[in-house]
Amino acid sequence: MSQAVDEIKIGGMGASRRRVEDNRFIRGKGNYTDDVVLPGMLHMEILRSPVAHARITRIDASRAWDMPGVRLVLTGEMMATRNLAWMPTLSYDTQAVLATDKVRFQGQEVACVIADDPYIAKDACEAIEVDYEPLPVVVSPQAALEDDAPVIRDDKEGQATNVIYDWEVGDAEGTDRAFEQADVISRLQLHYPRSHPSPIECCGSIADFNRSTQKLTVYMTTQAPHIVRAAVALIAELPEHMIRIISPDIGGGFGNKVPVYPGYVCSILASILLEQPVKWIEDKTGNLISTGFARDVYLDGELALSRDGKILGMRMRTLADHGAFFADAQPSKFKIGLMHSTFGCYNVPFAHLAARGMYTNKSPGGVAYRCSFRVTEAMFFQERMMQAAADDLGMDQAEFRRINLVRDEQFPHRTPFGFLLDSGQYGACLELGLKAVGYEDFLRQKAEAAKRGRLLGIGISTMSEPLGAGNSREYDILGIKMFDSAELRVHMTGKALLRTGARGQGQGHETTWGQIVAHELGIPADDVTVEEGDTDTAPFGMGTYASRSTPVAGAAIAMVCRKVRAKARKLAAHLLEVSEEDIEWELGRFYVRSAPDRGVTIQECAMAAYSNMPDGLEPGLENNAYYDPPNLTWPFACYIVTVEVDPETGVWDVLNMVAVDDCGVRINPMIVEGQIMGGLTEAFAMSNMQFITYDADGNCIGSNYMDYLIPTAWETPGFELHGEVVTPSPHHPIGAKGVGECAAVGGPAAFVNAVMDALKGTGVRNIDMPLLPDRVWEAVTQRHDVSGAPPIRTDG
Amino acid sequence: MYPSRFRYQAARSAEQAVRLLHEGGEDAKVLAGGQSLIPMMKLRFASPELLVDINAIPGLDYHRVDPDGSIHVGALCRHADLEHSDLLPGHQPTMTAAAPLIADPLVRNRGTLVGSLCHADPQGDWASVVLALGGSIVAQGPAGQRTIPLREFVLGPFENALAHDEIAVEAVIPAPRGAPAGGYLKLERRVGDFATAGVAVALETDGSQVIRAGIALTGVGGSTIEATEAEQVLTGRPLTAETIAEAGRLAAAAAQPKSDHRGSATYKRHIVSTFVVRILSRIDWTQERAA
Ligand SMILES: Cc1cc2nc3c(=O)[nH]c(=O)nc-3n(C[C@H](O)[C@H](O)[C@H](O)COP(=O)(O)OP(=O)(O)OC[C@H]3O[C@@H](n4cnc5c(N)ncnc54)[C@H](O)[C@@H]3O)c2cc1C
Repeated sequence: MSQAVDEIKIGGMGASRRRVEDNRFIRGKGNYTDDVVLPGMLHMEILRSPVAHARITRIDASRAWDMPGVRLVLTGEMMATRNLAWMPTLSYDTQAVLATDKVRFQGQEVACVIADDPYIAKDACEAIEVDYEPLPVVVSPQAALEDDAPVIRDDKEGQATNVIYDWEVGDAEGTDRAFEQADVISRLQLHYPRSHPSPIECCGSIADFNRSTQKLTVYMTTQAPHIVRAAVALIAELPEHMIRIISPDIGGGFGNKVPVYPGYVCSILASILLEQPVKWIEDKTGNLISTGFARDVYLDGELALSRDGKILGMRMRTLADHGAFFADAQPSKFKIGLMHSTFGCYNVPFAHLAARGMYTNKSPGGVAYRCSFRVTEAMFFQERMMQAAADDLGMDQAEFRRINLVRDEQFPHRTPFGFLLDSGQYGACLELGLKAVGYEDFLRQKAEAAKRGRLLGIGISTMSEPLGAGNSREYDILGIKMFDSAELRVHMTGKALLRTGARGQGQGHETTWGQIVAHELGIPADDVTVEEGDTDTAPFGMGTYASRSTPVAGAAIAMVCRKVRAKARKLAAHLLEVSEEDIEWELGRFYVRSAPDRGVTIQECAMAAYSNMPDGLEPGLENNAYYDPPNLTWPFACYIVTVEVDPETGVWDVLNMVAVDDCGVRINPMIVEGQIMGGLTEAFAMSNMQFITYDADGNCIGSNYMDYLIPTAWETPGFELHGEVVTPSPHHPIGAKGVGECAAVGGPAAFVNAVMDALKGTGVRNIDMPLLPDRVWEAVTQRHDVSGAPPIRTDG
Repeated sequence: MYPSRFRYQAARSAEQAVRLLHEGGEDAKVLAGGQSLIPMMKLRFASPELLVDINAIPGLDYHRVDPDGSIHVGALCRHADLEHSDLLPGHQPTMTAAAPLIADPLVRNRGTLVGSLCHADPQGDWASVVLALGGSIVAQGPAGQRTIPLREFVLGPFENALAHDEIAVEAVIPAPRGAPAGGYLKLERRVGDFATAGVAVALETDGSQVIRAGIALTGVGGSTIEATEAEQVLTGRPLTAETIAEAGRLAAAAAQPKSDHRGSATYKRHIVSTFVVRILSRIDWTQERAA
């Protein structure tokens, strides 16, 4: 006699199951791209431009060709003869693979050497002579707009300026009217500095073209292997079935590994030409100065307010610095990602966003780093504007949020930009956060401390962000719709193999996906192998970024399990000798409704699928599902930070940080908490120290870990996490909403708001991130705002 | 990492190291903890033809306090050895304060104090500490050993007074004449960051007044800076709020910072004076008097 299984015991929904992938990761037994070694493999190194903007007048690679062990030197000229000097980006622009005419940013790819070992390749790169004729350098979008600015993209026909796009959304007239009726208009200008996802593993690929089979296999660091396969088919004009992209273990992605980079393309071409495997492994500086960066957006924002604290309208102008090529990986309908998700969680009747994008002599990218398509900027601007507005109104910042947050009974709530927020308990999250941090008590402490000249501050950030693109009506990348997929095979003994179109990079997919199978079928999670990342075996999917895997691929897993369960029900009916209608399901087991003791386990059904199927029923127990979500998912979070600022040094310390996350149903609470802690750490990093900037000559400051500061365990504050408020997604099959990015998105504003709150008495309204000690000190002592990218100061 | 081609030899004795350096000529370099040299080779800022590894030389990993009170730090004594030393706390407060502020724990496990002095980075922390303490370097060459005061040892940024066939075998901190007091403060943006500004203060007191004062500054000039006027204002007097404030002012005036992405020159100067005042104010005068 069989019994229903205990869901937690089998590692199902809600089990804080240990991460199965950690077994190999912490033993150093992962299999990363650089671990792949193929017979006869050659090594590729890239020569990068040392200057930011220059015409290339001569490339002489003869000395490199002459070096023993050098097999091939690729230059832009050679790429051009194969129509590969330029490639399409994911935002309908083009990007140079190897420079032909000009270099447009420091670190741009100029040539490649393929040699017997990486030392020779590096030596040979140094032997290539390139003459650069310097051109004026543009390192800010403001400078790029000036009349006398050089046109960076003179390669593009009809491109007479550095403007990439002017794009707007919302109701301009309605918003104007709202501002006319306002009692108070609160305005804030901000910069979200350039940052970089900087995964520990840099990018790399091993291209292996086999002349005899005509098959191209590429092992590479990609979060979206199927998109790459499509791109390679289109760029390299190879038949899609002859391309196999394998994404082995990934040492962190954070959106840095979505785009297609020149290094991948060059290694593929080199392997085709040489008919040998070619390995390219990027170094840290190459990664930091040339691959997908994040943010670098200026904001001019205004709120129209009534005296009693109601938001009447919101206006935003953004100016984004995209670098030399518009290479953002984002849904094609939108030019500035989902920036217009801003203010979604508040009642804002009218809103308008005008966005402008600029070319500059900086590296290309913009959409990366746990940003969910620029939602990071959207929420940062929102929450900084909320704090400034509360101050302008002379209103308590918590009360101001309370007044304006969308109330529970308002769902579904349509934002002025057209998004549909379907569920949430915003007020409950805010109140829980305030209680946990001891809000009233802290305000008293703060007032006490102020009497002794100490500067304490508290900052709040409440936000709901859109995750889980698509639905296919609105979300596509280069025309490919943003759905995802899962394929499940249940073996004879009830063990299973699950494949998805997603590609984890440390998020714990192998653990969480097994738990969804356990939840839907009662098969213990430990009995499920999860495979991702091989385009020859995995079903087609759009990959993992923008917190979309649980909302989309996770839903597909639930759906495929349900298909498999439907077939298992037929097998159960056969085994129990009753009709299907007389059968009930409980976790792991079918039973006869009228005789609950008579039942069969899912494992017994699996055995029957291969050994004892009824007449007319197809053998086997497997299926697949493609899931196109009806809407985005909208988790909500409330982050509260308290700080003390040392006015003498500008150093600030976090006293306490409380995080309340309502991300819907938590499949593995431990993994969810890990994601939140990681995101909060990055939020702290962004607010405190992390940035990339450029000097006037276009030299990248932040090209190595001495300059590009990533916090260690030493600096990172402790976090108090709360998951008590759970509002299941109404449309996701298991109610999950996604959580990978919430904390990185909503966190930075909480830290900055806390420091600004501490400085409230000084008349300082804004310090742009990062809030480095010298910037805070300057603001405190000079009593003025400190704005813009951290300057590369020179005394001269 | 893919540095330029180089030869490598491991020395088994100081004499052998000197011989290898002598034969290797100008393009030979000593490899100690490698925490400065290897990163430079990785970036190909340094391309030595020969590396003479001194790590296998027995007997150089010591640090000790001699009966007269002088401190001797061998060429293979790591930052971490000083950080976890049983000898320094209670005996040498400036070194005790500085050791845990050098780089990060990983670098401290390998990097050496002597190597740091040889590297002569204006942002190196030990150079300020040893300068403030009036220390020196014992160098060994083909002709034997000689002692070079640190003041003469550091010639400029990344330049020291060693001949190409000399190695530094030891750093020496002279015996104090009074009770040592002082400290080290460093403003860093993150663990492992070089100093935006750092201040080493090393005093000796006789119970009623300061009989020797050493103040040296990290990261605020082309090389480590000794704040001589600030030292003078403290010497021969008791520590008072006035002398402390004056020392802070004079130290800030001695700094020659440049504005860069770590902060403006004004800010760095301000940090120097703030740190001088903080270290001096924290010295428990009454306890020193009793000692
Ligand atoms: C991430 C990181 C962060 C760091 N942060 C800091 C910091 O905050 N503060 C700080 O002070 N330092 C910092 N350092 C530098 C560190 O302290 C180095 O260890 C130290 O500067 C050099 O010591 P070493 O033994 O590693 O020398 P090596 O790297 O082995 O050598 C450095 C130079 O000195 C020469 N040399 C070394 N020993 C001898 C000898 N006995 N005789 C003759 N020549 C010799 C070498 O030839 C070489 O030119 C950091 C280093 C890293 C990698």
